[in-house]
Amino acid sequence: MNDLLSLVHSLVNGGMDMAVEMGAPDLILAGIFYALAGVAVLSAVGVVLCRNVVHSALLLTASFIGTGCLYIYLDADFMGAVQFLVYGGAVAILIVMALMLTRRDDMDHSNPSRGLFHQVGAAVVAGGFLLTMGLAALLSPFREAPASPGDSAAGLADLMLTKYVLPFEVAAILLLIAMIGAIILAKGADEA
Amino acid sequence: MMDPFSLTFMDVFRFATHIGLAHFLLLAAVLFAIGLFGLLTRRGLIPALMCVELMLNAVNLNLVAFNRYLPMPDLSGQLMALFSIAVGAAEVAVGVALAFRVYRDRATVNLDDLDHLKG
Repeated sequence: MNDLLSLVHSLVNGGMDMAVEMGAPDLILAGIFYALAGVAVLSAVGVVLCRNVVHSALLLTASFIGTGCLYIYLDADFMGAVQFLVYGGAVAILIVMALMLTRRDDMDHSNPSRGLFHQVGAAVVAGGFLLTMGLAALLSPFREAPASPGDSAAGLADLMLTKYVLPFEVAAILLLIAMIGAIILAKGADEA
Repeated sequence: MMDPFSLTFMDVFRFATHIGLAHFLLLAAVLFAIGLFGLLTRRGLIPALMCVELMLNAVNLNLVAFNRYLPMPDLSGQLMALFSIAVGAAEVAVGVALAFRVYRDRATVNLDDLDHLKG
């Protein structure tokens, strides 16, 4: 029995070594990246192309969650959590609330598009942007560094309360102003 | 720096399977371009707002990817993305309130109908 176990063990270890030699970890990481990128990009396409605006809002949330998973892939755990909470939670709910409050009778054609002329123009602008950015990303020499291990939440907290404490306070004031402004805009200045 | 004229299949395969900064920059560019296309073609106020959110998201992805792959001493890039998320949240709150206000005053959220300032 023990012989059998050790045989299995050595086989598994040998297989693992061979897989590492052939670059299997890279392949698995690449597969995860392409899967998450596929979720983000395909749902983004769905946001633009869906006829029903409620479906667009749902796909927008899916795209946000795909991006949040990519943050975790990039060793930015805290950013991923913030992305899920703020974009996947708060922003998605705000947008669905706005859809509900500005409802039209016919939901099936609630996300109208402009005419063909406009669409071709927009495709040219977006394609030109994509071409420029893609060439810039592919042809620029980057000096890449290995991942620095560390607790991303602790590192962010240190930075936020020392070097960037002023922007942190300004962001807090901005959020307060935005909240008051949103209430006054939605209720009307005389009612609020 | 890659020379586009001396690429072999193995080079392309190695590039495709070794995820680096360029992959994330390309992904962010694709997401931004989709958002830009949507912003230019949608007629509704709230779908346009959703496309702006897509573009913001792509920029945040860039910031986090730069922080991960470039030699950085600290997490400044992630913190910039965090501030950007805070500003984006403020933007969407005010944008949704504006959309609601416009709908109550004009009974439409079609961008083409909101041309009262046109001469």
